[in-house]
Amino acid sequence: MDFLKISNLSKSYGGVDANSDISLSIQEGEIVSIIGPNGAGKTTLFDLITGVTRADSGSVRFQGTEMSHLPTSDIAQLGVVRTFQQTKIFRDLTVLEAVMIGNHLHDHTTLWQSLLATSAAREQREKKRENALEILEFMGMADKQDLITQNLPYGEQKLLNIAIALAVEPKLLLLDEPAAGMNPMESLRMLGTIRKIQETGITVGLVEHNMRLVMNISERVFVLDYGELIAEGKPEDIRANPKVIEVYLGRQASA
Amino acid sequence: MRRLAPKGVLILAALAMPLVFNEAFYQHIMIAAVINIILAVSLGIILGYIGELSLAHGAFYGIGAYTSALLMVKVGLPFVLAFPLSVVSAGIMGFIIGIPALRLSGHYFAIATLGFQGIVVLLIINLVDLTRGPMGLPGIPSPGTLDLFGWSISFGDKLPFFYLAFAVMIVVLILVRNLLRYKFGEAFIATREDSLLAASLGVQPRNCRMLAFVISTALAGAAGSLYAHYTMFISPDSFTLSESIYLVTMVIIGGRGTIVGPLIGAVILTGLPEVLRFAGDLQFVIYGLMLMMVVIFLPKGIVGFVDQFKQRGAPLGN
Repeated sequence: MDFLKISNLSKSYGGVDANSDISLSIQEGEIVSIIGPNGAGKTTLFDLITGVTRADSGSVRFQGTEMSHLPTSDIAQLGVVRTFQQTKIFRDLTVLEAVMIGNHLHDHTTLWQSLLATSAAREQREKKRENALEILEFMGMADKQDLITQNLPYGEQKLLNIAIALAVEPKLLLLDEPAAGMNPMESLRMLGTIRKIQETGITVGLVEHNMRLVMNISERVFVLDYGELIAEGKPEDIRANPKVIEVYLGRQASA
Repeated sequence: MRRLAPKGVLILAALAMPLVFNEAFYQHIMIAAVINIILAVSLGIILGYIGELSLAHGAFYGIGAYTSALLMVKVGLPFVLAFPLSVVSAGIMGFIIGIPALRLSGHYFAIATLGFQGIVVLLIINLVDLTRGPMGLPGIPSPGTLDLFGWSISFGDKLPFFYLAFAVMIVVLILVRNLLRYKFGEAFIATREDSLLAASLGVQPRNCRMLAFVISTALAGAAGSLYAHYTMFISPDSFTLSESIYLVTMVIIGGRGTIVGPLIGAVILTGLPEVLRFAGDLQFVIYGLMLMMVVIFLPKGIVGFVDQFKQRGAPLGN
């Protein structure tokens, strides 16, 4: 059984096919990348997988569960968590608080326990705090825990995006352009971080424009163009694929 | 424990207030302040924690007041039953209104609640058989008497009623603080700050907003019940749009997104008309100017203004 299986997924916006008839699958434990020119439908694909937008047709199965009809929060509960291209980090909270919110699903406080501030409620909160600290430690951001998230430098805001998502304890983590706008040092750190995440047993799906990062880290690469899946394979095969070269560099003028 | 000390002193001071200023007039204002605190703090959950503007809090206040009054007058239930039932009925109405209204946000939500506010007042005015309409409902009994070790305490008197209302207020404050401090408060804030991100972390934005709305409206019902049995006469005039706006003003002047903010706002706006009484008709001008000043110069309210001078505390933990 495929870990994540997408079959014949289509979505169009007023006649423009953002995703047309896409079928692909991701296996447990791997890092895969989805690449393609701007407007190829990469983010749309993530939106469809995570229920942010509804597909026109097709199915998305995660560990055998059909989830194309589920709301985003239920999909997170199944273990599929994504980050967003724009930095979304709860701008007015501290770093620690933001990561604690990510741990929401693992907080089993009931309404009554919360209203009466029982010891169970306090224990759950403390556990959430410890989890969040552990994740910040893992991301190398433990010293930033009390800063307001919007005061972090850009690169660390992108890392915080991921830290918040990790707090959900995902099985499949979808990262939408985690290295966008990063300088080479920052994207090197990002590369190391993504590797570390994979080593903890989390499957990673990546949308990224930074080809060095993609080719370095991915086990398999999917190429989208105008909403269609035009190639898939190992990074070295993708690099040599004439269709992909054409998409990125343009067709050779016929003599 | 050391953190509790200043709060304890404040509570003791508040408890001593009606004994020190023991004229009926002052005690009346204190009771009004306590009821307004319950209203403002509960409205603060909607305004400050799910970040929506509700213009219907006065209506839920009214629903609580009429439920409680009618249950005692027409059905003959004792206060100990009428009070919780008024809380429940306001909460249920909140749930029913929340289903369509919470699908909206921003201006649209505000307009939906505005409409509901209008409907409730019209219903109270027109259901003459039940509510006596614009004539108002007189003869509402006081909460009764409590026999304690041979002492008979009548809640028809101002001083005992103050302590009753104060006890309710303390319970409300503790419940709201606890609600906002743990899992649910965090989920409210997450939804307010970024509902798409919140959903992608497994928070259910719709449920969160509903929970906050129902609890908020139920607590308004509690305030309504207290009000009805204090004044012993209620009429639709007390639960109009201007009451709702007055409550919104309390929250905004005090400071959204905290519990202390609405509390301070309620105390100030209850006392202010009395302080400004010397100014005669001019008081409304002064009142309006002060409001404008606060909105322009203290956009985060009094609490936000004070916070600028302090180290920032954790917004999840207060």
